[in-house]
Amino acid sequence: MNKYSLTLLACLFFVLAVGLSWAGALSSYIQLVLMFVGINIMMSSSLNLVNGYMGEFSCGHAGFMAVGAYTASLLTVWFFTKGSLFGPNLLPPAWAVLLFPFILLFGGLIAALAGLLVAIPSFRTRGDYLAIITLAVNYIVKSAIENIQPIGGARGFMGMGRVVNGMKEVLDIPWMMVWTWIFAFLTLLLIKRFVTSTYGKGIIAIREDEIAAEIMGVNTRRAKMISFMLSSGLAGLAGGLFAHILGYINPGSFGIMKSTEALVMVYLGGMGSLSGSVLSAVLFTLILELLRPLQLYKWVVVPLILILLMLFRTEGLLGHRELTEVFPGLRRIFRSKEEAHAAL
Amino acid sequence: MLLFEISGLTHFFGGLKAVSEFNLAFEGGELTGLIGPNGAGKTTIFNLVCGVYHPTHGDVKIEGRSLVGLFPHQVTAMGIARTFQNIRLWPGMTVLDNIRVAHNYRLNYGFLDAIFQTSRYRTAEKGIDGRAREVLEIMELRDYAEELTKNLPYGLQRKVEIARALVIRPKLLLLDEPSAGMNLGEKEALIGLIRWIRKEFNLTVWLIEHEMRVVMNLCEKIQVLDFGETIAHGTPEEIQGNPCVVEAYLGKEIN
Repeated sequence: MNKYSLTLLACLFFVLAVGLSWAGALSSYIQLVLMFVGINIMMSSSLNLVNGYMGEFSCGHAGFMAVGAYTASLLTVWFFTKGSLFGPNLLPPAWAVLLFPFILLFGGLIAALAGLLVAIPSFRTRGDYLAIITLAVNYIVKSAIENIQPIGGARGFMGMGRVVNGMKEVLDIPWMMVWTWIFAFLTLLLIKRFVTSTYGKGIIAIREDEIAAEIMGVNTRRAKMISFMLSSGLAGLAGGLFAHILGYINPGSFGIMKSTEALVMVYLGGMGSLSGSVLSAVLFTLILELLRPLQLYKWVVVPLILILLMLFRTEGLLGHRELTEVFPGLRRIFRSKEEAHAAL
Repeated sequence: MLLFEISGLTHFFGGLKAVSEFNLAFEGGELTGLIGPNGAGKTTIFNLVCGVYHPTHGDVKIEGRSLVGLFPHQVTAMGIARTFQNIRLWPGMTVLDNIRVAHNYRLNYGFLDAIFQTSRYRTAEKGIDGRAREVLEIMELRDYAEELTKNLPYGLQRKVEIARALVIRPKLLLLDEPSAGMNLGEKEALIGLIRWIRKEFNLTVWLIEHEMRVVMNLCEKIQVLDFGETIAHGTPEEIQGNPCVVEAYLGKEIN
């Protein structure tokens, strides 16, 4: 039972979130916050792969989110809705139910390719330079979209709401809640599996000592490329979900502010800690919502919390450690497969 | 065929000739030392062999195949492992993980195998885990497997670094000042360890060393470098009596 308790807990949460939303027990505001928690988990854990595990500094995560969001939105709107841009729908709207996850994955793939495009030139430089390049890429993506008038330019792009409604006509369940949390759990599983493999541990070795990693047989170029692609691809996936939750996107939502939020979550939770990323995504989203009554002062209080955190806990809530290492008591309930194996 | 051969290796850093026409040949099984005053170019030669720098002229061959122009991880895959002057372990990783990651050069699964945990992935990981634990057992490091390497004392860190180099199953092991920073007892233990691993793993060992006690005790052949030039080579006795070597280290006698 120990071995599966984490999976069980995730399933329980999933059933509760979807079930309560479906039954109408949760207001649409609470549902929205819940979905944003899922999106933020995807954003922070995927950025953690590059900034935490690999030890590079990427700060244009929202750019890749935008690529995924626009790719997925354009495709679903083109395929499943009648509109002024693409004309009549290509496929019956009911097919969206089946094709939606694949379109999301395709959006992630395009974002990963965008990541590759950035990674090839920029991993020749290191540290600060990568930060500047990714920052620039964030701006490039944002301004590029702002200037493509057919997809709405700065006014934004909409129509995804009708796609989701099309899915609801087939089966009336909270589709976006379902997909958001399925993909959030898949993201975590994927990153966990990657960083615990000998292959993926190569990127931790890069963080710890890059020269030693290269000389001891790690193909650092390829490892960096792959983790950067994985990271940006997952951000793209989160973007696709984000677009369909809101039903409307504009380039302004993928600005430097969004990238900063992702960075804040990574450093709040602790670099190189997956449970830290989850914890901070939950906390950060909830704190922002709870502080909403403060209106503009929210942006005074939140940075203040961060400053205090950095002063008293530089490594974040769980720096380079998982929750089970900070509270060993949890180990009795959540034992990883290897530990369970070793205990036998 | 020679196991390892360096011919006419020359390297410039800008206008500075760091290594000049360096030659070397190993039949296999040797234990050879490379000594010289600070700045003589010893570590540069190691870096040239490992692919950290690419030589201006000259060739480096292992079993007849040239290494020039390869990336360091490709050089590793061809059977050359090394340790570093200042220990370069991955400090935030456990001893076991340090050893495991060194298997990357021969990983036969890809990214997707790791994500989907295919049977190929599981077999490979099992093999890696087994071999890593085996090496730890042999090197008497088993008790420290789960310890972060940064928490280990210096002598043990050096040992882990050598263990990490050994899992690569090298044909040639390069040791860059293995006894640096060690006390007398640790040095004695190190000499024993190097002799033992060479026999146990059937290695050719090439080491840079400042500590004369270690070099003279351990090496069968010694090559002396000064300002990038080879000024002497021979057995420890020949080197000790060589006036050029004395001059390079201590300077000329004033008449």
